[in-house]
Amino acid sequence: MSRPGFVLEVDDRTPPLLVHNGEGFLLERFPQGTRVVYPPEALPAVRDVDEAIQNALLNPIDSEPLPELLRAGMRLTIAFDDISLPLPPMKKPDIRQRVIEAVLELAAQAGVDDVELISANALHRRLTPNELREIVGERVFRSFFPDGKLYNFDAEDTANLTHLGLTRHGEDVEISKRAAESDLLVYVNVNLVAMDGGHKSTSIGLASYKSLKHHHNSHTMIHSRSFMDHKASKMHHSAWRMGEVLTQHVKVFQIETTLNNDIFGGPLEFLQKREWEWSIKDQASMLGTKRALAAAPAKLRHKIFTDVRSNYGLTGINAGAIEPVHEKTIEAVHRQHLVEVQGQSDVAIMGVPFVGPYNVNSVMNPILAACMGLGYYFNSYRGNPVVRKDGAVILYHPVDYEFSQLHHPSYVDFFEEVLAESTDPATIEAKFEKQYAEDPWYIHLYRTSYAYHGVHPFYMWYWISHALDHCGDIVWVGGNRRTVERMGFRSASTLQDALEMVSHSVGRSPSITYLHNPPHLLADVR
Amino acid sequence: MMLALEMYRSPAKYLAAKAVRGRIPGMLTGPAAPLRLVTINEPKAERDGWARIRPILSGICGSDLGMVTGSTKLYFSAVVSLPFVPGHEIVGELLDDCEDLPRGTRVVMDSVLTCAARGVEPCDGCSSGNTNRCDRITVGHVAPGLQTGFCQDTGGGWGNLLVAHRSQLYAVPDGMSDERAVLVEPLAGAVHAALRANVQPGQSVLVSGAGAVGLFATLALRELTQAGRITVVAKHAKQRELARAFGASDVVAPDEVFRGVRRSTGAFRLKPEFGAPEFLLGGVDVAVDAVGSKDSIDTVLRVTKAGGRVVLSGMPAGGADLSPVWFRELEVTGTYASARQEPNGLPAFETALELAGRAPLDGIVGARYPLYRWREALDHAHSAGRLGTVKVAFDVRAS
Repeated sequence: MSRPGFVLEVDDRTPPLLVHNGEGFLLERFPQGTRVVYPPEALPAVRDVDEAIQNALLNPIDSEPLPELLRAGMRLTIAFDDISLPLPPMKKPDIRQRVIEAVLELAAQAGVDDVELISANALHRRLTPNELREIVGERVFRSFFPDGKLYNFDAEDTANLTHLGLTRHGEDVEISKRAAESDLLVYVNVNLVAMDGGHKSTSIGLASYKSLKHHHNSHTMIHSRSFMDHKASKMHHSAWRMGEVLTQHVKVFQIETTLNNDIFGGPLEFLQKREWEWSIKDQASMLGTKRALAAAPAKLRHKIFTDVRSNYGLTGINAGAIEPVHEKTIEAVHRQHLVEVQGQSDVAIMGVPFVGPYNVNSVMNPILAACMGLGYYFNSYRGNPVVRKDGAVILYHPVDYEFSQLHHPSYVDFFEEVLAESTDPATIEAKFEKQYAEDPWYIHLYRTSYAYHGVHPFYMWYWISHALDHCGDIVWVGGNRRTVERMGFRSASTLQDALEMVSHSVGRSPSITYLHNPPHLLADVR
Repeated sequence: MMLALEMYRSPAKYLAAKAVRGRIPGMLTGPAAPLRLVTINEPKAERDGWARIRPILSGICGSDLGMVTGSTKLYFSAVVSLPFVPGHEIVGELLDDCEDLPRGTRVVMDSVLTCAARGVEPCDGCSSGNTNRCDRITVGHVAPGLQTGFCQDTGGGWGNLLVAHRSQLYAVPDGMSDERAVLVEPLAGAVHAALRANVQPGQSVLVSGAGAVGLFATLALRELTQAGRITVVAKHAKQRELARAFGASDVVAPDEVFRGVRRSTGAFRLKPEFGAPEFLLGGVDVAVDAVGSKDSIDTVLRVTKAGGRVVLSGMPAGGADLSPVWFRELEVTGTYASARQEPNGLPAFETALELAGRAPLDGIVGARYPLYRWREALDHAHSAGRLGTVKVAFDVRAS
């Protein structure tokens, strides 16, 4: 049986605790009284995954069974979550592969021969053929990719976009033409955290900039409390409104899967155990890994982390109409991730790990590091943020000046040009966003290479706007001084220095909460 | 007799300076420099229209440093007469009446020794007002010399006295400081460059270099044209600050030029194979090279859009790859000194005097040295950008 997450108070017997720190980790001794929020251990996985998939497809919620929706001569489109999920990528076979194969088998039985598979990457970078293969599996890849029937969504291919109309708030709903004109759109989702799924899948994954800009903007992001609670997130409200329009035009069969917290296996298993429960073997693994990483050249270290594949077990699969399916999904995600936390604290501490949604097989540049810490982890709450208004956030990450010119060309310019002028999300949105969004070179690289769209770094920055607005101080422990300062933050050499630096706003004896993730947790702050 | 710095013929020192160049800066102003502080006869003003001038301040120009460091091409050896007293950026005081200018008038000088100064029939350049294109700079009653400061007979600003022809002189308004007036000659060059650049309203411009030439070109482009975005390539903090004060829309570091221009113009950035330098498809409408180095010229050629214009405003060192000129059908144009009749119908000096009166030029002359401290002065000028200085000048009266 798994154990729920729990909150530990550091006392004199508490050993140093593990903190993720980019492509490495460290052991930190926290001040006595620090609250440590541990994620729940992995829920038991579904034993027979294929049976669970069949059951979901044949017994959907508020929908006819999938076979009844399939007929010869129809146009079927299968869209699936891209490489940004799950994190780290899962060991083969990917759950999307298993679901897609099941859907295709039913389609074949029904005589459907007009099938296309689309990676719902919105403004994310295109997936390489190998990355597509890793998600859909060899068999599906070989059957569809060579004929151009398995491909990445292209949000700049204006000829292949369809404007479905406006929401009641006047928001454009513009998505993939193929999806919009299909008799049935099957969406295959992987829900790692509560933010994913629901109307966010189709309304965002298959949408163009014209549509996305209505909710991916500083105003919406700052008023989303939090991204992990779709009922309190303005971004989700907008996506839900768009979903209403979309589903009036397109029949969507939503398949949502939820995964457990079994992220680190093998020699890295100690990363998801509680420190005082480390066995001799865990301690040896930890010491060996730590020393090996410290001695390894940067390239090798990068490769080691890029190659991490997680065990993930399936905790649930539901199919049918989007909204009731998503409610089931949220229940399962909450079962896995929710940890009850009593009250806010003056200081929240988070270690930013090596991978985030936008640097899979790439590098975590300073903007992405900020987004991971202040966008994702800060927003991993329900109710209230872990840190009180005007409190301090202390993050761990080297924040090196390192960018991938292949994947993040516009990020470099954003960092050098935009952040040099302002770090205020609303200001940079007004002054620079359009220029970046319409830059022909970025569009060219997005469409033909493997670059994130030109506007993507803006979205990353908007993602942190709630944290920027809420926190009085943000300090990076061990962060590169230049990069950290460019983003408007401060860096400290040690935790003690960081606490000293924030003492003017939180006092010399602040209440501290350390969010011990990954594995993921969702702080239910009461 | 007078005290002056004299540039003299020394092939050995020229070669030594050329070999050392920027690697051992101390050598350039030390034993390797074909320059010496001497007491020599004063130049004579015996012909009509000529008068003696006592320099007050005399600037150190990049072309002066080029001579000292041996980076000036031998091309120019035919249009100078050694030995000569350098210095062509001057503000001085007339010691004689000079036609309509009475003795005691403070003047600045257009240094080009044109047909009028040489007492010969005007060439095509001079008669059309393009006095900087004079074809008679080696004949007439004055020794060969493209400008005062490169001519044996006239003396130069790095000495206690020089002679100049009325056609070269412009009176300095009473309220203008010497520090501003000494900048009029380089400003006139910038006025000429800005007007030669033929920038159309709204066009984007890149100025490569933020030394005196680049900064003044930026100022002139902003003041005299309707240029849109002006991007300046600046290496040092003070240069960046001044470039913005002089009208730059963006300032980029030398290693950020391609990224900065690509971003601001929405161009495409391509990287050839085998480590060859990158280039843009698209780019700025007009690029002004205000450095003259191979790297700078290569850069401006590679970031100018097809059919665009490249203006060479710094003395070119040569060796640049001209592939982009051919492939992108670039229009390459040079700008040298300034003309009596610019495209705006005025002498560049008149426009420059007007600019010098109102532009934010306080502090631009960042250091003044007496002649006898010439080694320090040249050292300082050689590292001016790094030291946060735009213009180093000789305070000739203190010498």
